[in-house]
Amino acid sequence: MIKEFDQKLDLVKQQNIIETLKDLQAFLGDTPLKIAVCIKAVPDTETKIQIAQDKKNIDFTGVRFIVSPYDEFAIEEALKLKEKHGGETTVISVGEGEATDILRDALARGIDSAVHVNDPDFASLDPLSTAKVLAAVIKDNGYDLVLCGQQGVGGDNNQVPAMLAELLDWPQVMLTVKAEIENSSFKVEREIEGAHETVEGSLPCVFSTQKGLNEPRYPSIKGVMAARKKEIVIKDANALGLKGQVSGQLAKLKVKEIALPPSRPQGRVLEGDVDSQVKKLVELLRTEAQVI
Amino acid sequence: MASNNGIVVFIEQRSGQLRKSSLEALSEARKQAPKGQVPVVAVVIGENVKDLVPEVHKTKPDKIVLVDNAQYKNYSTESYAFALAEIIKKENPAYVFAANTAMAKDLMPRIAARLDSPLASDVVEIKGSNGKLTAVRPMYSGKVRAEVEFDSPLAFLTLRPNIFPIVEAGNGVQPQIEELSITTDKVRAKVIDTHAAEGQKIELSEASIVVSGGRGIKGPENWNVLQSLCDVLGAALGASRAVVDAGWIDHQHQVGQTGKTVSPQLYIACGISGAIQHLAGMSSSKVIVAINKDADAPIFKHATYGLVGDVFEIVPKLTEELKKLNLHN
Repeated sequence: MIKEFDQKLDLVKQQNIIETLKDLQAFLGDTPLKIAVCIKAVPDTETKIQIAQDKKNIDFTGVRFIVSPYDEFAIEEALKLKEKHGGETTVISVGEGEATDILRDALARGIDSAVHVNDPDFASLDPLSTAKVLAAVIKDNGYDLVLCGQQGVGGDNNQVPAMLAELLDWPQVMLTVKAEIENSSFKVEREIEGAHETVEGSLPCVFSTQKGLNEPRYPSIKGVMAARKKEIVIKDANALGLKGQVSGQLAKLKVKEIALPPSRPQGRVLEGDVDSQVKKLVELLRTEAQVI
Repeated sequence: MASNNGIVVFIEQRSGQLRKSSLEALSEARKQAPKGQVPVVAVVIGENVKDLVPEVHKTKPDKIVLVDNAQYKNYSTESYAFALAEIIKKENPAYVFAANTAMAKDLMPRIAARLDSPLASDVVEIKGSNGKLTAVRPMYSGKVRAEVEFDSPLAFLTLRPNIFPIVEAGNGVQPQIEELSITTDKVRAKVIDTHAAEGQKIELSEASIVVSGGRGIKGPENWNVLQSLCDVLGAALGASRAVVDAGWIDHQHQVGQTGKTVSPQLYIACGISGAIQHLAGMSSSKVIVAINKDADAPIFKHATYGLVGDVFEIVPKLTEELKKLNLHN
């Protein structure tokens, strides 16, 4: 029994040594990275959308929130970069109660700490205001890298990451599909129409993440347990020094009205055997639709 | 428009190739700012871009501003943002238009933030009333349309490709050409290489015809069946998320949420059931053809013309039938 205990103790010690060595390696051979990941809670993409009574937004009653799918690539990349280079990772979200679950989920995947920006002033922010809030959280806190999903699904604005880079006065690489970092330098591939671009530069930088960058992991049970013990730091407009400067009211981009899209005219299913279907289709495309 | 400050339109080019959707944006600017009332200024940034003037001139801007310098040979966020922001400050427009492309997604938010101005992205309709523009843009993957307004003297709009028609105006006076020398040392992220993605002959988001495949094509060995149809139509090849995730084709081809949004004249969905995430990327197509053996597939609810049957019987026959028309000649 004592022998067994000693063996186990040795194992623990060894594991600690490995961790220490990893730390040392990161310290000597490579620069550890301080990474911020900006994420957003969005309605589940399967949600049946109803228009709210004020016609300014959708009706959120009963809507289930998920982390925006592009943000999952940002979280995963932060975890991978930390595994390789050491350092620390923080996840940040601006939102109300719905943000808590996605922050907890990011912690469960292995992110070290979380900041929840929650203030009634920050309801219905436009992308520029959101970028201002995130910049206030990130600025002067020693971050080397900020990762954001390329767009928040739902608003589909595709603006916050580049705006954030501008407000921080950092370089940016949007729509990243491959990222390598070595000694504070980055070499990143981004997707453009029909091609990939390779971009090089020095940290700090903002990357927006695109599908293809990595395969996001799921939280492990161990991760879920560990996440319960991690603290989510709450910040409001006052704490960020933004009271009276940034709010939904002050946003310069405002939704005037939202509506369901015009329904498509009723289509038709072509009858008959394959030959007659195909002939009919070609005729309709030429004469009725006039698209070929 | 009551404002006298006009519209600046960013004209995108890569390697001397003008982007067609930039001319769409320029045409829409001209429509919103009739000649003689408020100026429309087209901005072209690059190296040796003077050759593009005649093409830009067809849509009749009042002025074309050229920034022609070796520094702008390759696109970089910081150099282009610097040049365009300087021109905007100088021209003092009420609105800045650009096509919603990968370049615009990178560039426009950056400049909008620099000038502390709002940006409406992926706009599909522009309305003018009481001298102000409002923009209609899809949200929630196209499940709603939001009309947005700007509480700002300057606002940015990026226009979804393939939605706004190119209007070539008749004869008119030559536009004023202004060449500006603007350079910046502050370029921290540099493009060192551009390489074409494999497989895609025609860019999806700008193609006027798209042929897409889903699970119904049964395996990656069968893309050639759809590619033949693409070739005869001059179409781009698209794909559903399911087959991209299955590794049958590169993500460049994915249409829908977490992929590309397309608005072609004709969209042919082959063996695609029509999940909501796919519809998000193609429901603004003018004409949708669905080919699927499952008559209950949701795609048929959205199709202009539906063909219930086997993709492998229908598509080759359709290709043959279209070949007879000699569409390319």
